[in-house]
Amino acid sequence: MTGMIIEGKTAKWEIVCGLEIHCQIISKSKMFSGASTHYGSDANENVSFIDAGMPGMLPTLNEQCVRQAIKTGLGLNAKINKYSEFARKNYFYADLPQGYQISQFKYPIVGEGFVKIDLEDGSSKNIGIERLHIEQDAGKSIHDISPTKSFIDLNRAGVGLMEIVTKPDFRSPEEAGAFLRELRSIVRYLGTCDGNMDEGSMRCDVNVSVRKVGEEGFRTRNEMKNVNSVKFVMQAIESEARRHVETYENGGTIEQETRQFDPATGKTKVMRKKEFAHDYRYFPEPDLLPLVLDDAMIEEIKAEMVELPDAKKARFVHDLGLTPYDASVLCESRETAEWFEKAAYGHDAKKVANWMMGDFFAMLNEKKITLEESPISPENLGKLVDLITSNVINGKTAKDVFEIMAETGDSPDKIVEERGLKQVTDTAAIEAVIDEVIAANPDNVAAYRGGKVALMGWFVGQVMKASKGKANPGMVNELLKKKLS
Amino acid sequence: MADLTKLTISEARNGLKNKEFTTVELTEAYLKKMDECRKLNAFVCEAPEKALEQARASQEKYNHNSAGDLEGIPLGIKDLFCTKGMATTACSNILKGFVPPYESTVTSKLLEAGAVFLGKLNLDEFAMGGSNETSAFGPVVNPWSKDVPLVAGGSSGGSAAAVAADMCAAATGTDTGGSIRQPSAYCGVTGMKPTYGRCSRYGIIAFASSLDQAGPIAKDVRDCAIMLKTMAGYDAKDSTSARENVPDFESFLGQDIKGMKVGIPAEYRVDALDEEVAAYWRKASEMLKSRGAEIVDISLPHTKYALATYYIVAPAEASSNLARYDGLRYGNRVDGAHLDDMYINSRTAGFGREVKRRIMMGTYVLSAGYYDAYYLKAQKVRRLIRDDFVKAFEKCDLILTPTAPTAAFPIGDKSMQDNPILMWLNDIFTVAVSLAGLPAMSLPVGLSSQGLPLGMQLIGRAFDEASIFKAAAGLEQDIAFRGIK
Repeated sequence: MTGMIIEGKTAKWEIVCGLEIHCQIISKSKMFSGASTHYGSDANENVSFIDAGMPGMLPTLNEQCVRQAIKTGLGLNAKINKYSEFARKNYFYADLPQGYQISQFKYPIVGEGFVKIDLEDGSSKNIGIERLHIEQDAGKSIHDISPTKSFIDLNRAGVGLMEIVTKPDFRSPEEAGAFLRELRSIVRYLGTCDGNMDEGSMRCDVNVSVRKVGEEGFRTRNEMKNVNSVKFVMQAIESEARRHVETYENGGTIEQETRQFDPATGKTKVMRKKEFAHDYRYFPEPDLLPLVLDDAMIEEIKAEMVELPDAKKARFVHDLGLTPYDASVLCESRETAEWFEKAAYGHDAKKVANWMMGDFFAMLNEKKITLEESPISPENLGKLVDLITSNVINGKTAKDVFEIMAETGDSPDKIVEERGLKQVTDTAAIEAVIDEVIAANPDNVAAYRGGKVALMGWFVGQVMKASKGKANPGMVNELLKKKLS
Repeated sequence: MADLTKLTISEARNGLKNKEFTTVELTEAYLKKMDECRKLNAFVCEAPEKALEQARASQEKYNHNSAGDLEGIPLGIKDLFCTKGMATTACSNILKGFVPPYESTVTSKLLEAGAVFLGKLNLDEFAMGGSNETSAFGPVVNPWSKDVPLVAGGSSGGSAAAVAADMCAAATGTDTGGSIRQPSAYCGVTGMKPTYGRCSRYGIIAFASSLDQAGPIAKDVRDCAIMLKTMAGYDAKDSTSARENVPDFESFLGQDIKGMKVGIPAEYRVDALDEEVAAYWRKASEMLKSRGAEIVDISLPHTKYALATYYIVAPAEASSNLARYDGLRYGNRVDGAHLDDMYINSRTAGFGREVKRRIMMGTYVLSAGYYDAYYLKAQKVRRLIRDDFVKAFEKCDLILTPTAPTAAFPIGDKSMQDNPILMWLNDIFTVAVSLAGLPAMSLPVGLSSQGLPLGMQLIGRAFDEASIFKAAAGLEQDIAFRGIK
């Protein structure tokens, strides 16, 4: 797919966009202290002396955070740097107790990589990853409790983050959206971040500029901080790009600045001008040794890697015959993909996929339950598909059986057996029903024979009804045609 | 009874074991001495009741033959070490009234070994200074002063003066660029800065993290060995502490130094070197020679850059380390209309001139556009200085230099107040060792014609404190320095 083109008065413009994503690392304790990372505790409950920046306190690195970063790096097809360094990013703020954030600057733990995204039109594209580095989160300032005071909650201060920086490879909001969904599913598959943008465990900064189609190089970009949903990221890119185009078309210039996306208006506004940009005075963190990884550790983590969504998708397409779209829907979450695999194993995978994405997801939605809570087991959904493909029941009966499965959790065999729902495939029995229907409707028979062939459907319906839905619809069609001609 | 405060740690331990006196009598003797010498301003916080309580507990240990290595030994603690429940201020107004809810690793080890803490000792504010005149509690008076009050040196001025005046059996110090060695030389006591990483920095208020190192100041070489054995050791809470085995330093005392090569660096014969100091330097090398050591000429070619390098690296780290003192969570707060005003007001009121000067310098050398020219270059020179020592130690086992170019100078010296660089020049022989992270000891070598003590410095290879102790013990015997009568 080509990118989004914005038609200006004088030229056609393309979007150039890069993302910086902060992912909260899943680990029991913070990155440089033993305090808990539990979300939802009372304010300042999970704060150690280190997190509070008490005098003489020193950080010590939590190895779990390092392992999670390596795992994520591998998931991004990226180079793992065996030598990396921590650096201090210095700035004063009330929710930053040390007066600096321990981050990585010159030497990040993960280098270049890429993520393949699949777009709706069936095309795919590789998005370059510039780097991934690890750092600690700041606390939270709360300004809306008192008109004159601010309150500080340091529970989040020191929680481990991975900052993932992409190359400026996005040419449309859709690409950025697809990337964020793909990244979210990668970190969720890996169990390195829970990827909840609304809870802030995944936060996105968006860099946007535009250039005339065919133009070399980049124009001035603006950064939008903390855009907290995929939808808003896409909106922010488009509205910011349009603002740039409009500015250029009207002879104006874009100044480098930090902006904020307002979901209420769908527009961006200035947050910080360039001249007020911080000078973070990065320098190597003297309290921590350089991080040197050995091959054994990286190999160990490689061995722990699960199959990632992209590989799973490819397998579903090639081995199970799914369409790329169906495969990507089923692979978005690891749980769904694994459930599907269990259901599809040894059965008609394409049919299982249709059932899952249709009736099954609708049932979960209706009942407002999760996959794990489903009354229908993957094995039973597979069996249901089997009953259809082996002509034991027809499609219509299958829907009824599905309903009963959703209520009782029983296996489809049992339901079909107990309720006598087996499809009638005995020619004589079906012919008997057809004869009855023909005999009871002489007018319609005459009309059909007189050329009103559209009545065929009506006859099929009557026969199915008379057989209580158990007749094989294919056979009904065939036999009816013969009898009526 | 003889004056118990004259006893060394090893003598006092023997006396206590042999029941010649009790721990309470020993502590009381020191408390009395503290009272008599209050005008020296060595202690900034006295804890007589707690000390007596500890002494009584220690006596129980002696009575039950379960005494620790420092059982009942009254110590003074530099007020840079966080002591649980005892005010810790770094001699800065910004931390006035701060009582840590935790204990530094070094002081925990001393307490576990049975030491009695008499109180906290004066220092230059945040250990920034070479004369103890930057302390918010005022300068320490050198006990050797005659008509004019002289400085005790710094930053561990309180520690050196208290040991010299027998106000404590020994003291803890910290050394960033000479803060143990230089005051030890000025006060005629023995001080040891061990290898960087020997002692945990956990709970020591940070000045310059890559340089700060704790060490003992004591009445003689043996007491330094006894103290260091307890203070040293790997600590998981300090990532920069070394996993090196801690030997029984006392066991090196009295060992032969025959064949040991002692280097004399040509570059330390600086213009500012006092002729008397130079004479003692020659005398000390003769003494080592007559004990069988071989004296070799060595070169440390980058010595002339050491001071400049130190005054970039140390302030850079300090500017970041001191960012946490913002008036928000502890210490002194001076309110303001907005957050920034509160920061400015609190830090303006809380920090003294020298500390502000170094924060400004450190902030400057880390700033965008200046980083490469200052901080980065200083880091490169630091490596060259370290390499100088590595090369020198291919030719020798120890290096002998004076500790400081002159004896103690008068408090309030106008030229130094007006020109801080003159003050910084007192560190000329000590900073290079700090930049290289090497162990070094200062021991008294004799008196100047003015009757003031002068110190010699023995520098060893990284983690080879053993050679220093061997040579120092011999030198100490030959010099037979006598403390204040």
